[in-house]
Amino acid sequence: MSAACLDIRNLSAVLANGQRVLRSVSLAVQPGEVRALVGESGAGKTMIGKAVLGVLPSSVHIVEGEMLLEGEDLGRLQPKARRTLIGARTALIPQDPLTALNPSRRIGPQMTDRLVRILGWSGQRADARIRQLLDEVQIRDPDRVLRSYPHELSGGMRQRVLIAAAFAAEPRLIVADEPTTALDVTVQKQILRLIAQLQREHGTAILFVTHDLGVVAKISQKVSVLYAGKVVEEADTAALFAAPQHAYTRALIAATPRYTDPLASLKPVDEAVLAGLAAEIAAAEQAWRPPHG
Amino acid sequence: MDEARIARRGLGPRLRLAGGWLLLALLAAIFAPLVAPQDPLAQDLMLERLPPFWMNGAEPGYWLGTDSLGRDLLSRLIFGGRVAFVVAFAAAIAACLVGSTLGLIAGYFGGWADRIISRIVDIWMAFPPVLFAILLVAVLGTGLSSVIIAIAVIDWTRFCRVIRAEAMGQTRMDYVENARIAGYGRIGIMLREVLPNVVPSIVALLSLEMGIAVIVEAILSFVNLSISTDDPTWGGIIAEGRLSIHQAWWVLVFPLITLILTVLSFSQFGEALKARFDPVLR
Repeated sequence: MSAACLDIRNLSAVLANGQRVLRSVSLAVQPGEVRALVGESGAGKTMIGKAVLGVLPSSVHIVEGEMLLEGEDLGRLQPKARRTLIGARTALIPQDPLTALNPSRRIGPQMTDRLVRILGWSGQRADARIRQLLDEVQIRDPDRVLRSYPHELSGGMRQRVLIAAAFAAEPRLIVADEPTTALDVTVQKQILRLIAQLQREHGTAILFVTHDLGVVAKISQKVSVLYAGKVVEEADTAALFAAPQHAYTRALIAATPRYTDPLASLKPVDEAVLAGLAAEIAAAEQAWRPPHG
Repeated sequence: MDEARIARRGLGPRLRLAGGWLLLALLAAIFAPLVAPQDPLAQDLMLERLPPFWMNGAEPGYWLGTDSLGRDLLSRLIFGGRVAFVVAFAAAIAACLVGSTLGLIAGYFGGWADRIISRIVDIWMAFPPVLFAILLVAVLGTGLSSVIIAIAVIDWTRFCRVIRAEAMGQTRMDYVENARIAGYGRIGIMLREVLPNVVPSIVALLSLEMGIAVIVEAILSFVNLSISTDDPTWGGIIAEGRLSIHQAWWVLVFPLITLILTVLSFSQFGEALKARFDPVLR
């Protein structure tokens, strides 16, 4: 019996036209661990997050593989039981704090709703819990924030609220879907530090989706590098940066802009590397047989 | 709603003018027996075609003049308002309930529900509305409830189409996805996350629809298909005024002004309410 918090084995998903968007993805997140999922846009990072949370778009179908959340195979559960399990054990820190809060409801009820309705807490207990979390994300005037509508808060404040909401129900696993991308650079750093701090204190496992290797280095212990829906490399974060094995990973690291040499022009990923990747993907597609014909 | 916030921003001239006229007309209609200077049905051939108060030959107590049967025009307009407002409220609310519910279901659930409801709306809208109304009243028989039913049956599609589109946009929002992850049921999400965001549109459409209902009622009573009794209606007065336009223009002009002001006020009131209900615009 594996002790992994999240264990994805050999997961493949296809579009309606039969094209594979996730190619036999395997990755595991151990309890209390942060695993980064890096790749360029369109690599399928967000798709994996959505698959875990059970909110894939209707055009994407999982055709093989399994996802185990604390040992329970999500694919084998009845839809209702699956929803309940995912609702109780996971949470999402979304990419865009602007659209992730309902504009016509005040922050307070939006945050307590889930604790009261899904976990069956009393209103008082939920309120106390939310205030405690708001304090943890360094919001100093919880009364005002709880009474506000989302548009009355800044982007950084909204993201803090969402982080507090994600940790409030003590989930085992949080999927953070590029939580800093939509924020401006100075706020990004604070938010990242907050997530890392809460993660340590609460011991929550995080699947951290990002395209930013700088973020990966700061927050994660393990990394999976994704290209075109395929995991091309998987390693401890320190090992990955010290000795990247795959040519694509090396190219990605080389492409990261550096403060130490601001005048150096940005390097795109090398053509030869991309050609190699294309060949690798083609070979994988050749070898792959969709289950049931 | 937050009273302090409203007070700070003031009501705005649009809401004040539109609301003022509607309130005046509504109160006059409710208390018609008390405020109307004359009996709206009393005929007096000695007083036929009296002009309004500022013209030569006017009689005190007949402020807006009389029609060709000597009935007081102001009193008839006030009593006609009763029919207009009853139809406006009842028909618009009925159309709103049916249309918004179906629109919300079609937009939020999508798939088969959406396909079926949208096809029905398409078929419905292929009929010219006024002809449809006349046909319905001809089948149902004249009378207040027939007029209300006819308007509701025709105009629910207005609500359905708009609310469907808005609910559809809502389902793509991250907070709806978040609610699904949290494990809410679909109905719960629809009512808690989607509905509050379409309420401003529903309110605006509702007010607009009341104006439309007033017009349709006037059209039906103009062609004598509204209520069957002798009670005055705005459309009926317009029809009578049209016959005596050369001798007594006021019998046509005053009900027209009343009708236009009321319809305009309803639509402006709706717009202003929408802005007020929307927390982002507020």
